[in-house]
Amino acid sequence: MNQDLRILVVEPDPERVRAIFDALKDAGWSDVKALGHMSALDRTVREFAPDIVLIDLANPDRDTLEHISHATETSKRAVALFVDETDDILTQAALSAGVSAYVVDGLKMERIKSVLETAIARFKIMRQMQSELDAAKQALEDRKTIDRAKGILMRQRGFSEDDAYNLLRKTAMSQNRKVIDVAHALVTAAELLS
Amino acid sequence: MSHTVLNCGYVPLVDCAPLVIAKELGFAGEEGLALNLVRQPSWSALRDMLALGHLDAAQMLSPMPVAMSIGLGGLPARVDTLMVLSVNGTVFGVSNDVALDIGAVQFGDAKALLSALSFRKGTALRVGVPFHYSMHRLLLSLWTSSAPDLQIEEITVPPPRMADAVADGFVDAFWVGEPWGSVAVGQDVAQLMMTGKDVWQFAPEKVLAARHDWVEAHRDAAAQLMRAVYKASAWLDAKKNTPLAVEILARSEHLSMSPDLIDPALSGDIVTKRNTAPTPVGRFLQFHKHAATFPWRSQAAWIASQLGADAVGIEKAKACFRADLYRQNLASIGADMPGASEKEEGALHFETAVASSRGHMILSPDAFFDGRTYDFS
Repeated sequence: MNQDLRILVVEPDPERVRAIFDALKDAGWSDVKALGHMSALDRTVREFAPDIVLIDLANPDRDTLEHISHATETSKRAVALFVDETDDILTQAALSAGVSAYVVDGLKMERIKSVLETAIARFKIMRQMQSELDAAKQALEDRKTIDRAKGILMRQRGFSEDDAYNLLRKTAMSQNRKVIDVAHALVTAAELLS
Repeated sequence: MSHTVLNCGYVPLVDCAPLVIAKELGFAGEEGLALNLVRQPSWSALRDMLALGHLDAAQMLSPMPVAMSIGLGGLPARVDTLMVLSVNGTVFGVSNDVALDIGAVQFGDAKALLSALSFRKGTALRVGVPFHYSMHRLLLSLWTSSAPDLQIEEITVPPPRMADAVADGFVDAFWVGEPWGSVAVGQDVAQLMMTGKDVWQFAPEKVLAARHDWVEAHRDAAAQLMRAVYKASAWLDAKKNTPLAVEILARSEHLSMSPDLIDPALSGDIVTKRNTAPTPVGRFLQFHKHAATFPWRSQAAWIASQLGADAVGIEKAKACFRADLYRQNLASIGADMPGASEKEEGALHFETAVASSRGHMILSPDAFFDGRTYDFS
């Protein structure tokens, strides 16, 4: 196993950096560096001379990386890995996980593959965690709004909590809307009228 | 009536206006299209999404389809330019320090600015551009090539970060599309010195692009999209529509920024320095008039030649600017067609009447700052 690859991870979120770092280290790559800030990208690529740069597909710094590939001599041509036509499955996996890799040295595909697979697996987990986190946050927000709407009905109409919720649910069903939307409308209206 | 769903990528800049207007004002809907605009974080991402089939069409920097068609830059793919989305509309600005160094230069005087920068002491001028395959970069190279004393270092910076890049001292100057020049001026970190038009008076800036094989397989959808965009560009050109266009673009789902920052590009009133009165710039950003949407094959040839293409590459580039489709798809809605699909680039110093399908059309000046002309016929 050749585990002497230099890997640069471009990622502003420290949590994600740590997760990808750990995954790569566990898989046996120790020469890993992270970079969160774009202004140092050009210099870091020159100084650290990574073999592979891992970056999120949605990261605007990709355009800068592309340019570095033009600026460095041709032997060090960066290749956006997930468009390497040699491996469609890898491309699709990278796309769906949101990882993009640049190969800064003309490396053999086989050597890159395992790094990429490790990174892709980790990106996928991170992405899933992120969307779960977002969903949980949203659920919490919704819960608060519904509680406030119930509170308004309980105060102003003397409803029990269950009755208040049932009224919200009935209204939502009859208007073909979501409970949360009805609750939002009620809270907004109450704020305007108070 | 069922609509054809079409996914079109774009990058949030003022010149994505024809796409946004085509969708929001129903021009796409009238054509039977459900136009789904997909915002992209970078030009690289947009290019890959188009090449890999995740997008049907996309707004692109005019050199991108040419570069891809001649096999440059990342991902070779046959990408066609259906029409030009916008002409001109970029600005060149310098940091406050550089502005102090070079002293007073008449705004828009490309030659005077070049000599002022050449006399500047010190190291290379680091200039931020949005992408390597951009008209910004080609104009920068062309403009500075006539000043051998001036050392330029080109640095790619995503446009939304251009103002910060100047503020952080990461670049000394920039060439960028609106609103990001106005943003830098608004933050008082830079001054605008000229617009793209001052180097080339009629530079195709953004184009509507699609994969060649997609165009061949979806002739109808391509025609519908072209007609919707053509109508949107005509709507945008009417002065009375500018305020509404600014409001629509400012919305959160499009550019998501203050209308004040979008207004300069669409009105042509450019504030070059903070707390000074705006300078009116004629033809700052053109969507429609002067056959602005026509994909001149000679424009593609000029781009290819600037990218260092050989004769074969230049022919490939010409073929990817689909003047043939433009004629086929837009004649039915009364678009006037120029008599030829190529012109001598840079030859026009004044508005000029040329033969066209409806008698004659007026072409805009297209001269270069150094007076050179380019004939690829």
